[in-house]
Amino acid sequence: MVDSQANIPSPASAYGAAARAWNWRRALSPTGDRGDAVFRALLLMSALLLVLIVVAMIVAMWRNSLASINEFGFGFLTSLTWNPVRNQFGALPFIYGTIISSLIALLISVPLSLGIAVFLVEQAPRRAARPITFLVELLAAIPSVVYGLWGIFVLAPALREYVFPSLARTFGWLPLFQGTMTGLGMLTAGIILAIMITPIISAVVRDVLAAVPMSQREAALALGATKWETTRVVLANGAPGIAGAIILGLGRAIGETMAVTMLIGNRPEISASLFEPSYTIAAVLANEFREATGELYTSSLVQLGLILFLVTFLVNGLARLLVWSVTRGTSGTARAA
Amino acid sequence: MPAMSTSTPITAAPTPAVPEPRSNNERQTVQRVAPTKISVQNENFFYGRTQALYDISLNIPERIVMAFIGPSGCGKSTFLRTLNRMNDIIPGTRVEGQVLIDERNIYAPGTDVVDLRRRVGMVFQKSNPFPKSIYDNVAYGLRINRLAANRSELNERVEQALKDAVLWSEVKDRLKQSALGLSGGQQQRLCIARALAVRPEVLLMDEPASALDPIATQKIEELIVELKKQYTIVIVTHNMQQAARVSDQTAFFWLGKLIEINPTERMFTNPNEKLTEDYITGRFG
Repeated sequence: MVDSQANIPSPASAYGAAARAWNWRRALSPTGDRGDAVFRALLLMSALLLVLIVVAMIVAMWRNSLASINEFGFGFLTSLTWNPVRNQFGALPFIYGTIISSLIALLISVPLSLGIAVFLVEQAPRRAARPITFLVELLAAIPSVVYGLWGIFVLAPALREYVFPSLARTFGWLPLFQGTMTGLGMLTAGIILAIMITPIISAVVRDVLAAVPMSQREAALALGATKWETTRVVLANGAPGIAGAIILGLGRAIGETMAVTMLIGNRPEISASLFEPSYTIAAVLANEFREATGELYTSSLVQLGLILFLVTFLVNGLARLLVWSVTRGTSGTARAA
Repeated sequence: MPAMSTSTPITAAPTPAVPEPRSNNERQTVQRVAPTKISVQNENFFYGRTQALYDISLNIPERIVMAFIGPSGCGKSTFLRTLNRMNDIIPGTRVEGQVLIDERNIYAPGTDVVDLRRRVGMVFQKSNPFPKSIYDNVAYGLRINRLAANRSELNERVEQALKDAVLWSEVKDRLKQSALGLSGGQQQRLCIARALAVRPEVLLMDEPASALDPIATQKIEELIVELKKQYTIVIVTHNMQQAARVSDQTAFFWLGKLIEINPTERMFTNPNEKLTEDYITGRFG
């Protein structure tokens, strides 16, 4: 009996052999090459670091907002009151302000950006396209505080004097365009955001359209398509990439702080009128963090930050889902961006 | 230079398509050859300062298959693309001379290029279906040109085009599915169907089978022979057997010049030019 057992390695020694055979190089690189393994380890660490940062941020924000979470619960999301003096904190006006100002920005910016991109790729002669592309990219590089300053000194007065009154005259029957016009408010912030995200969206869409194969244009033209009809084919080809560009712009608009803080009027109220002041999450964080006294106040602000984080997350997720559902049937071409 | 032979009379090429009339008014209808559909006169073509085509003149009779052969870069594709002004979209290109289709110069000022391209359809080397459904691909030209009065007419014409391209039986149960799910050969036949749907008068084919396997190629070739009954077809091909199999007349291009144009049979058995013979027998190119 003893002899027969001798030939079968015991589980313990088999484990030992396996442990000895395992080495870090083989685990990281199929060929066991040292350089490959180091390279792979570096890449793996970079990727893990990113995940770690995201998790650490969520955990930190969660812990620091525990006081307000315990105090207000879900009511925080639906409460309209923001009164630091009485220690009453509600997030709804900020969430509303953030989402609506970003939507206004998209509403203005998306058609404009598509127009710019289509012009640059489909229409403009190369000599004109290059300087315009350069200008568009330059716009994207201007610091947001400069946009804010320009907004205060040029845009807001111009809107107050010329644009808002005529809007009120024409569409005054809509609650959107009623109320006092100070020049600082939701619409002004939306417009400055639109100006800020237009270069980003149009630059990405330009790349997307330029990546649509020439053969698609030729196919349409050979069937007797006009320039406009051909452009529609090109846009359809680039749809997933265009959606990606819009998401990118939306992300920027939601998080934009400085210019919006300078122009939105900073009043935590929900008003039907787009002329009235509003407030965004990013703006209230920038404005009030320094002066926040007391644990509950600070904690509420941190929770707002957490909400902003989650809103961005959600918007990105939904947009991706949308893109996926649209492109599922017709994948294969133009996967730029 | 053998280029001089471009002046050899080619209109006189006998085409068996039109039988000899035996009626009383025989004298009035002594057309023994099919009427000329496309007539090119002294065409030069430039990419910027580079001249790509030199003094090309040829006639293409109605309802035949005309094949263009020649080594890569000889200008046969460029020439094909001047027949529906597809080179217009390449910046810096220029055409001299005349291209007459039905006796009207398509490069005359005021020509409706959109209408021209509807009448002169094109199938490309690489199949290029739109990322839409099979149905919508074929219906595209009909829709933009408003060629179908209503839904049922649209359905009919899409079906007819797919039948003409011998694709109907393979796709009739999945018309709503993406065209990109089809095989390479099917995609190319879909592109042919898409071009046929608008009922062009001329069909230009730029190496339509070069990316296809032998079976798919054979199907396309059979299709071309079939389509000749209704359309004037001009095909560019690298494959000389293909030219021999499908075409009635063959034109040989070399270095941007038209070296020889003759009935296909003659071209492949007893060409006029030494250069043609060398190319056909595989001595170069």
